[in-house]
Parts: sequence; C-alpha cells; structure tokens
Amino acid sequence: MGKKVKIPGQKPRAQNGTRLLEGLEEKDYLNLYYYMRLTREFEMRVVKLYRQGKIVGGAYTGYGQEAISVGSAYALEDGDVLAPLHRDAGAHLVRGQSVRNMMCQYLGRRNGPTRGRDGNIHHGSLPLRIFAMISHLGAMIPVAAGAALAGLMTGQNLVAMTYIGDGGTSTGDFHEGLNFASVHKLPLIVIIENNQYAYSTPTCLQYACEDLVDRAPGYGIRGVKVDGNDVLEVYQASKEAVNRARSGKGPTLIEAKTLRIRGHSEHDDASYVPGELLELWKQRDPIDRFEKYLRRHRILTDQLKSEVEERILAEIEDAVEYAEKSPFPDGTEVLEGVYAG
Amino acid sequence: MSELTYLEAIRQGLWEEMKRDERVFCLGEDIGVYGGAFKVTKGLIEEFGPRRVIDTPLAESAIIGVSIGAALMGMRPVAEMQFADFISCGFNQIVNNAAKIHYRWGAPVPITIRCPSGGNVHGGPFHSQNPEAWFFHVPGLKLVAPSTPYDAKGLLKAAIRDDNPVLYFEHKYLYRRIKGEIPSDDYVVPIGKGNIVREGTDATIITYGAMVHSSLEAAERLSQEDGVEVEVLDLRSLLPFDKELLLQSVRKTGRVLIVHEATRTGGIGGELGTILAEEAFEYLDAPVRRVTALDTPVPYSPPLEKFFLPDVKKILQALRELVRY
Repeated sequence: MGKKVKIPGQKPRAQNGTRLLEGLEEKDYLNLYYYMRLTREFEMRVVKLYRQGKIVGGAYTGYGQEAISVGSAYALEDGDVLAPLHRDAGAHLVRGQSVRNMMCQYLGRRNGPTRGRDGNIHHGSLPLRIFAMISHLGAMIPVAAGAALAGLMTGQNLVAMTYIGDGGTSTGDFHEGLNFASVHKLPLIVIIENNQYAYSTPTCLQYACEDLVDRAPGYGIRGVKVDGNDVLEVYQASKEAVNRARSGKGPTLIEAKTLRIRGHSEHDDASYVPGELLELWKQRDPIDRFEKYLRRHRILTDQLKSEVEERILAEIEDAVEYAEKSPFPDGTEVLEGVYAG
Repeated sequence: MSELTYLEAIRQGLWEEMKRDERVFCLGEDIGVYGGAFKVTKGLIEEFGPRRVIDTPLAESAIIGVSIGAALMGMRPVAEMQFADFISCGFNQIVNNAAKIHYRWGAPVPITIRCPSGGNVHGGPFHSQNPEAWFFHVPGLKLVAPSTPYDAKGLLKAAIRDDNPVLYFEHKYLYRRIKGEIPSDDYVVPIGKGNIVREGTDATIITYGAMVHSSLEAAERLSQEDGVEVEVLDLRSLLPFDKELLLQSVRKTGRVLIVHEATRTGGIGGELGTILAEEAFEYLDAPVRRVTALDTPVPYSPPLEKFFLPDVKKILQALRELVRY
C-alpha cells in the first residue's frame, strides 16, 4: 500500500481539455471506492427503513451521484468548510461524520446531530466544519461564501465547498452568492450537480444556456465541466479548484453531469424520466465504473472487495442497532435552544 | 460625558465594538468609501480598512447569507440594510437560516443587522417602513428599537455582543433630530429590558422608536392642560420584550395606550394588547387602545403621509378618550 499508481494514457482530463493534477496514491483509490460504496449502502438502508416506517417524513438519496459528493469532498483538507446538499451524504462521510450519528439523525433520535430538531440530511457539525443545509436551495451558497470570507479575514487559508443542483442554479441566491464571492475573490468552490431533473422539471425548462458552466465567465471566474459519474475526474477538478482558491485565485464553478437515477424523493416514482435515458446512465453507474477501473489496474481484488463490503455492512448494522436503541427526545425538550447563550 | 446625536451614538457604538473585538466587522452597500447612505459608518473604513468595512454588491440576501457564514466561523458581522424596507430581499436568509440554525444544530449565529427604518421623511412606500412585525413572529430572532442616543449606543453594543441574530431598527427620523448625553466609559443596554421614560399614575403609553418622543410630548401636554399624569414606557427591545415591566405599569395605572408607527393590523401592538388581556385583565379599567399608522402602504405626498402617520394630536385624543372611559 502507498505506492503511487502511474497509469500511462489514462490520466483523467476535464472536458475542457485541461491537464489535471495527479497525486493520488493507491490507498486513496481504495478510500474513494470505500466511501462511494458506504454512501450507496447507507442510503439504500435509509430507503429500507423509510419503507418500514422507521424513518418518517421523507427520504432523499444521491443514488448514482456518489462520485460527485465523494470525489469532491475528498479534495478538501483539515479546516476546510463543507456546505453539502441533500444528495451529498457521501461528502458528510468523507469529512468524518459517523454512520452512527447519521442513522440517529434519520431516526429522529435525541443523540443525533440535531437532537431530533431537523430530519434526514439536514444536519451538520461545527467541529467538522460541515454546515447543515436548509431546504431553500441556493441559500447555502452565500453562507459558504461567508465562511470563505471569514477564513481570509483570519488568515486561515481555508476553502469552502458547496453544492447546488441544476434547479437550484435558477435561484437568486445562486447568483447573489456566486457574484459576491467572485467580486471579493473568495476561496469558494461551487459544484453544480446537474442530474438533469429538478424534481419533475427537466433542464430544458430550467435554463436556456447550453451548459450551466457557461455562466462562469459571466461572473469572471473559471468554470469546469466534468463527467459526474467519474470519481477521479471529479476529484481532480475539485483538487485543482481547491488549490486555486487556496492560492488566492478566487472561486471556481464546477458542473458535474450525471442523472438522478431514483425519484426526487422516495415517494416519487419519477415516471417522467424517459426509460432510455435511465438505461443509458445506469450503464454509467459511478461505482461500477470505478470498480472496473480498479480491477483493470489491479488495485481492487476480489479479496479486497469482500473486505470492503463486510466492513461496510458491519458499520451499517452497528449504526442501525445503535440508533434504534437510542432514545427519542422528550416532548418537553422542544422549547430548549431557540436562543444561544 | 459628551453630547451626541442619535446617529453619532450609533457610529460611536460601532467604532468602539470594532476596536474592542477584532472579530467585529461591517458589511453593506455604500458603507465603506461613501460612509453609508446616512453617513452612519463615516470614518470607519479609514480606521479599520476595507477588509473590516466591506462595500458589498447590491444583494441583500447575499449580505445576510455571507454574514451568517462568517458568524458560523466565529466572526461577529454587523450588516447594514441601506433601508429597512430592503430587508425583505433577504427575508429568507433571516427567518429560515439565521433564526433556525442554533435551534437545529446548536451553532450560534452572532449577527447584527442594522435597519434604518421609519417614515415622516417623505420617503414614500419603500423608504419609510417599520417592518419589525414580520420578524416578531419568528422564534430565534431578537429585535431592538432604541429611541435615544444613550439606548442606541448601548443596544448596538448589546446586539453585537449577543450570540443570536439581532435586528437593530434605527429610526431615520431620529438620526440628527435628537441629542443626548453619552458616558465616556463602556456600557451596554441589556436586550429584553424596557425603560420608564416618564412616570405617571393615570395611564400608560407603551411605545418604542420615534413614537417615544411623540408620546412624551403628548404626555407633557396632557399634564399641563388636563392635570393627567401619563406614564411612558419605552420598550427598547421588541423581542424579547419586558413583559414584567409592562405588567407592573399596567397594574399601577389601569389604562393602556399602545403607540407604534408601524401599521395597525398585525403590528406588535396586537400581541401586547392580548397579553394584557390575558394577564392583567383585573387591573384594566378600560379597554386597551392603540394609536398606529393606518393600514396602507406609506404614502409619499405630504398631506397623505400626515394623515397616515400617528402624531402628538392623535395620541392626545386617544389619551383623553382612554382617561375618560
């Protein structure tokens, strides 16, 4: 473990042709695989618990988009700020949020990260510098910009990374936040997860430009388009954006193309998505693709794969058992914490 | 001690807090090089530099969102809405983000949002509003509305030092019209505490902002003309408000007039009146009355605005009816 893997002729490139950075070791490839599998298995367990009525309200997954959340978050370093969205469970996991905590959160338990005050993916952690999202999409972009600003003001040399869907790019906050960050050259990375549908709304009803990344020059910043189902391409574009931000070159807008494989949420059968489109992108499943890549380059063996799967299964079983044994909050607790201090 | 205008007191409070705590910084439209639309922030950028006095793009939602993000990282931003009327452009960031963060995931959001508010300045519908009622309804926010230079400085300091999002409503009409004595040493006016600015026995006016001064004038005239002594209670903090002080005063006088410049229906006067009905019913000798602006947008033409706004005459008339009941 630990040897650098050189793959001649296989160096990932962004679709605009830029040579991207190298620097991943073999263990990093396995980490990326592990986190994507963990995200997938975690969310499929969430779906199961939701169907059993143990998770109430709603369940959202990032099925098929694991390469985006995992690949991008993997490019961050200690002290960097993450403001994820509802299909970025993988980013929470990469940044160190525990499976137990996340399970307690989904199951509305008292000892989860929001103590039952908010549900599903709406959680965060100050120590991990993960900002909990709110449901109003776009709203976290100015907030992430503010964290980036604070980093500059206090000389911390950090970057802030946040996400938005194709739908969310239509909001005022997307514009205001990105514009603010661009003008003040803040170390902010905004990743558009273009999964082609905002609930039932296809991209042809969402924007009139060819690619969302076309907006980047409008803000005076760099834009990069990547295959959102290629975890290495996502990682390398993110890494370059992070390095640029950290060296004072300002924000980057990354557009990662993918398809939302499941419904907007689990109650949505997404019958409005054409079957052929679904089939096409299922062939491009990011985990299958990466597995093939890893096998081709002899990084993943049957043995290692089994180990990863066993490890993940054990973690999830442990988390579910832990969460199900954890107490619900008492109704009387509802009045606590409206104010700080 | 020195005598400062209401505006100068705000500026001094901001200055001192920025000197005292390097985490405090300002952001807003035209606040830096220009010194602010009303010159409240004049001189700050020369003293503290453009990193701590930030001229932002025209984007209220981003101004507030950026403030939230910086606050989550430990900074203490003081954001300015150029006019309180523009706060609606950042409404979502305030009520759904800032107000709910601590409740949801335990992170403090120590932001202060300064809102130049109020009419009687020929501002018309979009430069004259008193929007506090919109936010009064949101758990997690604090709202303050000073009426004197002393309170303006003290409440601003309290707002900046508070770990919660505080909306600071500074009344434009008062900026240069009133002066007051300011102590030279550091002091804070605590949030949540009202102030009896005039003692009386026959009726209580509950009020805040510019209406404190109209109420005081009406109370003086009633004393001279009718021999009636009215107590004037300046709320100072709208949320949380000083319920104990209200009840104390009402138990003493038994008659209540609520005066606010904000429009009538859904104004905070309704909430205060109901609380008195719930908790001071036995002490009331008359129904609770209100003098407020009318339920219309703030009109521009002077005769329209004059008819729209509360004034000393209207307060006097209501007081006389209240006392006669």
